[in-house]
Amino acid sequence: MEETANNGKVKIPMFVLLGMVVILALCLTAIFWAVQIFYSSPEDQGAQTWAGWLLLGGVLALAVATYALFQIRRKMSSLRIEIPPITTTVECRKCGFKNVRAFQRGDYIFKEGERCQKCNNNTLITAIYREIKDKEKQKF
Amino acid sequence: MLTSLQGKVAASPLDDPLSLIPTLFFYGIFVVFMFYGQRLQMWVMLREVENSLYKLKYIKEEGRKITIETIKEIGKPQADPTARVDRFLEYFAIAPQSLDPAGVVWKLEHILDVRETRFKDEVKLMAPAADQTQANNLENTLEAEMALNYIYKIIRHFYLLGKKTYSLYVIMQIQMQLPLIMREAEAYASALKAFAYGQPIGDGAGALVAAKLMHGSETKKIATDCVTATVQLEGRTAYIIKAEGPGGNVGKPGDAIKTVIEENHGKIAMIVMIDAALKLEGEEVGEVAEGVGAAIGGPGVDQFKIEESVLKYHIPLHAVIIREDVGDAVSGMRKEIVDATDTAIERIKQLILERTKEGDKVIIAGIGNTIGVGQ
Repeated sequence: MEETANNGKVKIPMFVLLGMVVILALCLTAIFWAVQIFYSSPEDQGAQTWAGWLLLGGVLALAVATYALFQIRRKMSSLRIEIPPITTTVECRKCGFKNVRAFQRGDYIFKEGERCQKCNNNTLITAIYREIKDKEKQKF
Repeated sequence: MLTSLQGKVAASPLDDPLSLIPTLFFYGIFVVFMFYGQRLQMWVMLREVENSLYKLKYIKEEGRKITIETIKEIGKPQADPTARVDRFLEYFAIAPQSLDPAGVVWKLEHILDVRETRFKDEVKLMAPAADQTQANNLENTLEAEMALNYIYKIIRHFYLLGKKTYSLYVIMQIQMQLPLIMREAEAYASALKAFAYGQPIGDGAGALVAAKLMHGSETKKIATDCVTATVQLEGRTAYIIKAEGPGGNVGKPGDAIKTVIEENHGKIAMIVMIDAALKLEGEEVGEVAEGVGAAIGGPGVDQFKIEESVLKYHIPLHAVIIREDVGDAVSGMRKEIVDATDTAIERIKQLILERTKEGDKVIIAGIGNTIGVGQ
């Protein structure tokens, strides 16, 4: 299971990582062994059966281990708190010039902003918002 | 392999004991599921709850860190505020007894007032250098962290209780609600940053509508943390009401509306309330809808007061809502909501033109948290 380190980053415990590496190594060894048995003794039916089971087990275990690894990665990314960027729109009261910039602490709607870049008049913060990319259109 | 398996079909299992292994294995699985099926299901559910609990713990800890850092940055306290913050997170309020419901609203209001005063005092002690706006924002930040702490504790309670009692139903009831609870927790997590930085949130849609209508006019304080401005709108006198911004605040719109009605001796042609409302899945964010009644959330005290006031003078009460998600309501205001405020203003003007005469007096109340919205 994941742990939260003191610096806020999420880390996977060492024993989990070690276990995953061992399982992956065992899977690959089993598959390698199975292939070797197939080619070294094509006449021996017993050995062929064993090789078949070995191959099946190896592939299944490999699939499970890969799935588990992807799951851990997914969980780690879902643990982050994502804050979308906030935008501030500053508008000139006289010439209507719009300046869109990143939000700064202390900004609020209807706060007098910096001087207008065009006409040097007073500006006003008219909107503060976050934009979310369009998700897939819903059918219903 | 296929040839060897085909060869074994006709042979007796006793000839090759290895062929018995898969059969026994499947019988074994059947028996295990027959006796331990529920246990396994419970184990899977417990794992799911445990994973969410880890996530909640992470979110809560991150939130706590953000809160403490913000207090240190803005409030410049002499001593480390960590212990005080931790104590604050455990703060609770007991709802009044309602066996005899008469007068329960006033009892509830009193308790909420005491809670609010206590919160403000605590914030002042934690962050002595913070001005009024910053103190309000800090109070909101702390409340969001309190909500996260509470959600974490509830989930942990059911998880541990389920583990202790091995009751499927204890675990099941929390596991089934988990997706919705997690959505709420994630919303509060993003709200924390918005509160800490003083950014407008989705809940402030109503306050933004009122701010747009009253901007440039003289404002006066009318009730606790509420301001009003008198503006001419489509030939009518409109009393615009909103919570006093830009600090995080909802004010007491119930008292504000009541005061304006009483000041005008009940001669108000119409009241329009604008608020953010939760949308259903499938509805668009920023959709504007109209209706009747008091558009206001919260514990119900303000809604009660508004309904009492309008009933006394038989004033028509209309509502305009801006639809949004629970996540949008407490996190940074979305562009769709900002755009929807202009649509809401058009709807209000239309409503006034259709339902009142020139020279009439109307009240327009923008409800919601006014964090990041001035006037």
